[in-house]
Amino acid sequence: MIHSEHVLASKAKNYFSVEQLSVGYESRILLADVNFHLSKGSIGCLLGPSGCGKSTLLRAIAGFEQSLQGRIYLDDNWLNRPGRTVAAEHRNIGMVFQDYSLFPHLSALENVRFGLYGLSRPNAIAKARHWLGQVGLANKEKAMPHELSGGEQQRVALARALAPEPELVLLDEPFSSLDLEFREKLSREVRELFKASNTTALMVTHDQHEAFAMADYIGVINNNRLEQWDDAYHVYHQPVNQSVADFVGQGVFLKGEIVADNAVKTALGELSIGDDYLQASVFSVGDIVQVLMRPDDIIHDDASAMQARVVARYFRGADFIYTLAISGGEEVLALVPSHHDHAIGENIGICLEIDHVVVFPNV
Amino acid sequence: MSIVSSYGTDDQGALAHIIRYVLPNSLLNSLALTAGVCLLAGAIGVTLAWLTVSCEFPLRRFFAWVLFLPLAVPGYVMAFAFVGLFEYGGSLHSMLRHYRADSGWLLNVYSYGAIVLVLSLVLYPYVYLLARNAFQTLGQRSIEVGQSLGLSVRQSFFKVALPMARPWIAGGILLVAMETLADFGTVAVFNYDTLTTAIYQAWFSLFSLSAALKIAGILLLLVVVVTVLERHSRRQRQYAEGRNAARNTKRLQLGFGAQTAALLFCSSIFMLAFVLPLGQLLYWALPNLSQELTVRFWSYVSGTVLLATLAMFVVVSMAVALAFIARQKKGLVVTSAVRLATLGYALPGTVLAIGIFVPIGYVDHWLQSKGLSSGLLQGSLLVMMMAYSVRFLAVAYTPLENNLLRVTPSIDLASQSLGVAGMAMLRRVHLPLLGPGIVTAMVLVFVDVMKELPITLMTRPFGFNTLAVRVFELTSEGMWERAALPALAIVVVGFLPVYLLIRSTEVSPSVRASK
Repeated sequence: MIHSEHVLASKAKNYFSVEQLSVGYESRILLADVNFHLSKGSIGCLLGPSGCGKSTLLRAIAGFEQSLQGRIYLDDNWLNRPGRTVAAEHRNIGMVFQDYSLFPHLSALENVRFGLYGLSRPNAIAKARHWLGQVGLANKEKAMPHELSGGEQQRVALARALAPEPELVLLDEPFSSLDLEFREKLSREVRELFKASNTTALMVTHDQHEAFAMADYIGVINNNRLEQWDDAYHVYHQPVNQSVADFVGQGVFLKGEIVADNAVKTALGELSIGDDYLQASVFSVGDIVQVLMRPDDIIHDDASAMQARVVARYFRGADFIYTLAISGGEEVLALVPSHHDHAIGENIGICLEIDHVVVFPNV
Repeated sequence: MSIVSSYGTDDQGALAHIIRYVLPNSLLNSLALTAGVCLLAGAIGVTLAWLTVSCEFPLRRFFAWVLFLPLAVPGYVMAFAFVGLFEYGGSLHSMLRHYRADSGWLLNVYSYGAIVLVLSLVLYPYVYLLARNAFQTLGQRSIEVGQSLGLSVRQSFFKVALPMARPWIAGGILLVAMETLADFGTVAVFNYDTLTTAIYQAWFSLFSLSAALKIAGILLLLVVVVTVLERHSRRQRQYAEGRNAARNTKRLQLGFGAQTAALLFCSSIFMLAFVLPLGQLLYWALPNLSQELTVRFWSYVSGTVLLATLAMFVVVSMAVALAFIARQKKGLVVTSAVRLATLGYALPGTVLAIGIFVPIGYVDHWLQSKGLSSGLLQGSLLVMMMAYSVRFLAVAYTPLENNLLRVTPSIDLASQSLGVAGMAMLRRVHLPLLGPGIVTAMVLVFVDVMKELPITLMTRPFGFNTLAVRVFELTSEGMWERAALPALAIVVVGFLPVYLLIRSTEVSPSVRASK
């Protein structure tokens, strides 16, 4: 696993860390050798396709599941080391479940109050009210879970997890049962809430938009391991391998040939290679490589001499994503403002807006 | 087990008599009765369910729930009320003769047809309940699907709705079959010999335990067949149960003729199964009320309450323990243990009573040989409790299980992540969630024990009487009038679980829909 330097630099003030953790069953290891760290108040997100083991990892951190190997530290205390684990109820970790799992016999306020048994009754009620207010449900105190909408139940679950002021909050696919439009709104609100309360949080999702909207750091899980742990910008722009590049964001790979130390020749011309990748991978002149092209790397420009033919178009409201055939038969994606309406088969001019490209070994 | 093992031993005289004279007749009777009741109860139940769910006619909502009420009337009560109504010299004959009308057309009350009718009127609610369930969840949507494919409403019913509802209807009819095979009190009133009465006779008149055990074995075999079929239909229902269909689909508007027919059918079933028998009981009980409300009557009441309350606590505690064990440890052993423990409901009371008696008898003999007083266990409350537990564990377990299903595994985890685990979780999460289920289970067990006849009759300590036993004793001597008051008491208390049932079937869907 590759850490970029900016992540390594912050390692000193780790608040929550997972070291060499393996989860799954003796017969089938789901995830092996997972390492990552979070500083206090930051939000991490584990992103991966369904069934990749990310939920199991989250449950191991919560203490619901035994890990096979490795250690988990939270605020300088170990939660888990070979042969010993701290029981879930003593970890001081809050959790928001995919199905919310509100207690059906308790009202919204009572649900939030549930974990505040250490406080006197009036204090507990006051605190539960405060958190219910924080999630915008001050007027739903008395409502029973079945009287609340999905989004409201989600907010109550969030308030319930936050009220005891846990050292870490875990969220398992928290927005997956909400509709798309509402999902974005709520994830923004939740992020603001976490930031305002300096809450450290780790969530799990298969939806990259959710991950980008919420997280400071994103871990991409694929092929039974954590392939990259990095901030959102770098996961998108400097993926460590093809599978991360493939999974996060859209894009295509063009064939290229290394022509100099820092230059690669493709069907779209000669491009310079990002420094990080020159260090990370050893290429020599003449090597055939794969070059990542994101849709936003290609600009529509009528004046450009470089022509491409529209093969397919996908209208997204504010913009189009065109699939374009370039000379040599390869195809690229281009993100184009929606007032440039071109028909399939039409030739349009394109140019590149890209400083450094990302290259991978040819497979 | 003791029943199966009995096939090794032998007991010449009585056994030979029973095999030659009693068994063929009673086996044939049992089978004929079961077939007849299944047909009639099935027809009544399905028709009523279809009318009240999918058609619109005056008083539909009223009938939808009053048609459940016959569930509160035990078969043996309905039986002697019917005898009183239809017997020569009974109420209807006298009334007709009073108006100088011919009464010869009235039902011959001691015929096969009469017994089938009485049992069908008591048992059709099982079919009605399940068929309603089916028509509510799939029926209306399926009619729309049929219509969208070009079928008329009538065609859709026969080609789509009815076939789709088959697993439910089959399940209801199989329950009816089980109850008919197990019935003892009803057939006893009519002096109709079936396997259950044969068991009772073999034991109490011929004093041949081994003969009783052998008949019980045959009955058990029949019940096992029906139980296996019933489980099968239940599984089919699981596959068929999809999303809850929309409930607000419009009902079929009947024409004037059809409306009248529907109204007439519903009201005649309601009259026959509820109004007339209850009226007859009141007619008998009211004039003699002051005479019957004696210290003795109250001793039956207190005996019943004592027994039912005791059984309620014993059985429900066992069911709660079982439910938690099943929840904590999921595995083949536990699942099959739960299966086995809740299978007792299928056992006819007569079979169960002697099945439990044999091992107890051995233990008693052993105690005697050790110099302890004899009859320590036979006919003791302890034996009754054991028998009730076997029979009614499933009754208590089902509502608890349903309530525990609401507690998803992640609710436990949520509680744990908030620092609440172990006993605190039991107290703050599980018991509150189980609460309504526990109450339901207690009511159901209480009422079932109160109505129960054969087990109580065959295992009670000498001189210990309940209302049900009292009704049995009086009716077997033909004293209908005097049996009316204890019978009414049983029916009135029996309304309680019927009310719970109606509430859960008619209210819960809308609660579920609002979720």
